[in-house]
Amino acid sequence: MELTRDEESALKGEHGEIMQMAYRILVATGEATDAEKLIPIEWAHLSGVNYNTIGDAGEEFLSTVSKDARVKVKTTLNPMGFDIDNVSNYDIDQNFISKQLSIKNSYEKMGVVPSFSCIPYEIYDIPKSETQVAFAESNAAIHANSFDDLKTNKESAFSALASAIVGKSPYSSLRKEDKPNITIRMKVKNPSELTYGMLGFFAGKVGDTSVNISGLGEMDKRQTKAMCGGMGTSGTCAKFIFGEGDSDCEKIDFDEKEMQNIHDELNTVEKGDIITLGSPQLGLDEISDLAGKLKGRSFQKRCMVFLPRTVKVQARKIGYTNELERAGCEILSDCCTCLSPLISKDNVDAVTTNSIKGAFYLKNSNGVGVNLKSLSQIVEDETR
Amino acid sequence: MNKVLVSGKVEGIVLKSSDPINFLGTVNKKTGIISDKNHDLFEKPVKNTILLFPSGIGSSVGAYTIYSIKSNDAAPLAMVCQKADLTVATGCALANIPLIIINEEEFASIKNGMKLSFDTESSNQIHYQ
Repeated sequence: MELTRDEESALKGEHGEIMQMAYRILVATGEATDAEKLIPIEWAHLSGVNYNTIGDAGEEFLSTVSKDARVKVKTTLNPMGFDIDNVSNYDIDQNFISKQLSIKNSYEKMGVVPSFSCIPYEIYDIPKSETQVAFAESNAAIHANSFDDLKTNKESAFSALASAIVGKSPYSSLRKEDKPNITIRMKVKNPSELTYGMLGFFAGKVGDTSVNISGLGEMDKRQTKAMCGGMGTSGTCAKFIFGEGDSDCEKIDFDEKEMQNIHDELNTVEKGDIITLGSPQLGLDEISDLAGKLKGRSFQKRCMVFLPRTVKVQARKIGYTNELERAGCEILSDCCTCLSPLISKDNVDAVTTNSIKGAFYLKNSNGVGVNLKSLSQIVEDETR
Repeated sequence: MNKVLVSGKVEGIVLKSSDPINFLGTVNKKTGIISDKNHDLFEKPVKNTILLFPSGIGSSVGAYTIYSIKSNDAAPLAMVCQKADLTVATGCALANIPLIIINEEEFASIKNGMKLSFDTESSNQIHYQ
């Protein structure tokens, strides 16, 4: 990898220890991915926020580097473990809360916007076409590449943090070119967001860095987010390219049979004790739609609804949160279903959700049963 | 052609494994001892060795474990892998542990217990003693 003279001197430590570490990360990542150089980025989105995932080692690391590290470009943040507004309603111990707040403080000290959201593409303005960004949240990287005309690789927590501090990323892979290894033909009729989530999960399994995809009809926001979330869960692939692709590109059908295979892999029970909506977090459109669907109805069991804080504030002003709370929803900002400490197998046997991403982590990390249903089916079966 | 992911200069004794290493689950972050019963380095400390293994596997959060063993003075002097993976690459970058990727033949030729000196800036990066 070619470095400029200035970059070389930063790597040698002439711009301080933090810069040196950040450059070491970018160079190691760049060499590992055959990058030719570093290029400027305009926006970084960091993962590695939830104490449940980064643990003591992560908390200590962030506490140390935040003494000197400052981000150079706009930098936003993934969800953490709880919503401070209602954490006392859940069984979260004091150690978890204080370690999580320490992580929050460290990021704020570095100048990171405390957005605690996995849908930065929905709550911030999208920069102009082809802008290079560095997104570590997989669903956000896929959404940015596929639907927002931005360019990012599927960054790690560390490469995104280093990119935020330096303002550059290694120029490799999807930043440079698309080489879809396969074309997926969508063959399932009348798809719901659950179908699109399974399609994404399937695509992540067969895709390398990007895939062609054909046969998609008009999709709403809930469906596009579900597809990106599904793909980010099952592999390293980070881009959908819409169309049939070259004639010599391998083709594969996503049909009822493939869909059933994925359903069987992730759906482990026929009934949940609680419901979760959100992973990715819900945006204002989805909240408005949900409030409409719940008019005159109430959930018969607990329903956790995850959304970004900015959306919660807007939804409260408009009156949606009142409507949702009346229908029995628990509104949670700053956190999400994925890797949530709020759901534990000590008090929950199984969860009903429409999220493939949520299902994967609930099953594999939280160790609870999963019941998959589309949102309209959930409203029909679980409300009165 | 060797690939230098994190540069540096060290000298030490090789600890070689033919199993990949999952730093998150199987390396004690205080002692640097491998705790996975099924691993060929079970109960061996990685501290102050030149750790040779095929590649890292598992969650990228494992990079924090590499940083932790370095902070706890239990880290290898350097790592040598056959395949680059981002968890070990970023972990070594965080902790400033030299990391070099070598080809299959060279990997096979290095034996456990060998003494090596290792200088990523020199043309002959790995020197056998």
